[in-house]
Amino acid sequence: MKLLVCVSKTPDTTAKIAFTSDNTALDANGIQFIMNPYDEWYALVRALELKESAGGSVTVVNVGPAANDTVIRKAMAIGADDAIRVDAEPKSAYFVAQQIAAVAKGNDYDMIFLGKETINYNGSEVGAMLAELLDLPFISYGTKLTMEGNAAVIERDIEGGTEIVSVEAPFVVSAAKGMAEQRIPNMRGIMSAKRKPLKVVAAVDCEDPVRVVSYQLPDAKSAVKMVDPENMDELVRLLHEEAKII
Amino acid sequence: MSVLVYAESPKGQIKKGALEAVSYASKVAKLMGVDCQALTLGTIEDAGVLGQYGANKVYNVTSDHLANFDSQVYSSVIAGAAEKLGASVVIVAHSATGKSILGRLAVKLKAGSVAGVNTLPDLTDGFTVGKNVFSGKAMAHFKISSAVKVLSLMGNAMAPEMQGEKVAVESLDLAVPAGKVTVKEVKTIEGTVPLPEAELVVSAGRGLKGPENWGIIEELATEMGATTACSRPVADTGWRPHHEHVGQTGVAIRPNLYIAICISGAIQHLAGVNSSKVIVVVNKDPEAPFFKAADYGVCGDLFDVIPRFTEAYKKFKAAN
Ligand SMILES: Cc1cc2nc3c(=O)[nH]c(=O)nc-3n(C[C@H](O)[C@H](O)[C@H](O)COP(=O)(O)OP(=O)(O)OC[C@H]3O[C@@H](n4cnc5c(N)ncnc54)[C@H](O)[C@@H]3O)c2cc1C
Ligand SMILES: Nc1ncnc2c1ncn2[C@@H]1O[C@H](COP(=O)(O)O)[C@@H](O)[C@H]1O
Repeated sequence: MKLLVCVSKTPDTTAKIAFTSDNTALDANGIQFIMNPYDEWYALVRALELKESAGGSVTVVNVGPAANDTVIRKAMAIGADDAIRVDAEPKSAYFVAQQIAAVAKGNDYDMIFLGKETINYNGSEVGAMLAELLDLPFISYGTKLTMEGNAAVIERDIEGGTEIVSVEAPFVVSAAKGMAEQRIPNMRGIMSAKRKPLKVVAAVDCEDPVRVVSYQLPDAKSAVKMVDPENMDELVRLLHEEAKII
Repeated sequence: MSVLVYAESPKGQIKKGALEAVSYASKVAKLMGVDCQALTLGTIEDAGVLGQYGANKVYNVTSDHLANFDSQVYSSVIAGAAEKLGASVVIVAHSATGKSILGRLAVKLKAGSVAGVNTLPDLTDGFTVGKNVFSGKAMAHFKISSAVKVLSLMGNAMAPEMQGEKVAVESLDLAVPAGKVTVKEVKTIEGTVPLPEAELVVSAGRGLKGPENWGIIEELATEMGATTACSRPVADTGWRPHHEHVGQTGVAIRPNLYIAICISGAIQHLAGVNSSKVIVVVNKDPEAPFFKAADYGVCGDLFDVIPRFTEAYKKFKAAN
């Protein structure tokens, strides 16, 4: 099986977010960057498990500058065989999807894995775009994926429940919690990752009609109003009369 | 020119997210001075009610191929309708279905897209629309420069509004391709409002000590008609099912009221709940970080406080 896993780089989950003085870019000062958790824990690991049980290869792809190589090496330390980096700033979901599509075209991947969303843009957009560009089925928010012959049976989260679908390869799937368990890279993995091939390719020309014009931090929250634990009637009153929520 | 909104109605039932999307679309259409058209797919009994939420016209497409959800099939029909009706803005709900089709629509219509918007567009300089980013820690305003624009509306970002009369439903003749995805089974959780749609949420964390104490939480939730949720360790240790886990790695929610009981307020937990309109925190530790994100706080032992709160709520309900 030939598998492709899309990994992105995001600020650490605990990062305190701040913007440059004109509010047009993230202030990266002091921010730790990590592999997007859904890509690392679920998409990548499930792809590796499939390779381990059925044979084949796992390639990771990232659209980003050279500074992203640390994230790519980590993916290879966890077990990916090789990697491709499209050397360009990931300016928008549409841009990223078109770059990955250009990488995937002609390579006949059986499955393309993504995370359910990035924790910086929270878009959930790249997967569906990529699937459309490659004219493949797309299953979002997969929480379980097993093979039954040529077909994959995938459980996916829907509002208020789960849906179980079956689809034949090739397809695109985005991974959510449940798909796999996080793997910590070991020393051998880290050493061998240094020798695994990382191919850098130039970006292709493409459409890119969406731009962030400004960022904004939420208004400072007014101080919490403490309520006497002995007086829960007061809390109910506040929720009714002041917050007008019940 | 028009604004086209896809009103999701699985098994013929119009979803709450669809009503929100139609209300939102009608406001966008008014800003742009164009009509708001709603589209329903599959057999649905009373699609005309979408007029009451602001649609000027409702279109419907039926086909056996629409019986189950397949993103290729659905997006092909919605894009086909958008082209046929001359829509310049296409809106869907930011639901499991919406997330699976938004990107496809963007590619098909060569449109710029923004997922999970929570503001009306600003039309003073082109078309700019806002959404939460960095898991709720900030907001970004996106400018879309393509002729056609595609948006998904964040759930619970805007309440559905009754604003018109029922309208006629016209069936639209479009080719519907067969899908490649077979839906084998749908398992729904009976009885409660799904978390992403819930307006009232009662949530508990590790301070509960064990699953045997969940009854205290359940009782309050039942009394309030609220949906229950939990922090990640509670789901990870199997006290509660995974679908109740909220936060960065679980479900992101934005209810009107979020009651967090014995949850410390770790940043990854907050990332999934910080867009809630009102937050109540009950914790016995006055230093718990969650108090900083709360509107109302109660510092006390949940085993005393929650039963008392449930009683107070009962009294309130009886009196109102
Ligand atoms: C990458 C990553 C992603 C994560 N994603 C998520 C996520 O999506 N969602 C999530 O929830 N967590 C997530 N976490 C975990 C998160 O960091 C916290 O560990 C977790 O939220 C803590 O859960 P808790 O508040 O229930 O437990 P604790 O931190 O143990 O807090 C228990 C609280 O209960 C209070 N308490 C105890 N007894 C009582 C009592 N009798 N009465 C009143 N109060 C009492 C205590 O004072 C304490 O504040 C993630 C962590 C990482 C590293
Ligand atoms: N720059 C990137 N390079 C490679 N894959 C990406 C990139 N950005 C996003 N992805 C993939 O697309 C998924 C969804 O991203 P998003 O649409 O931004 O929420 C992520 O979980 C990744 O798997």
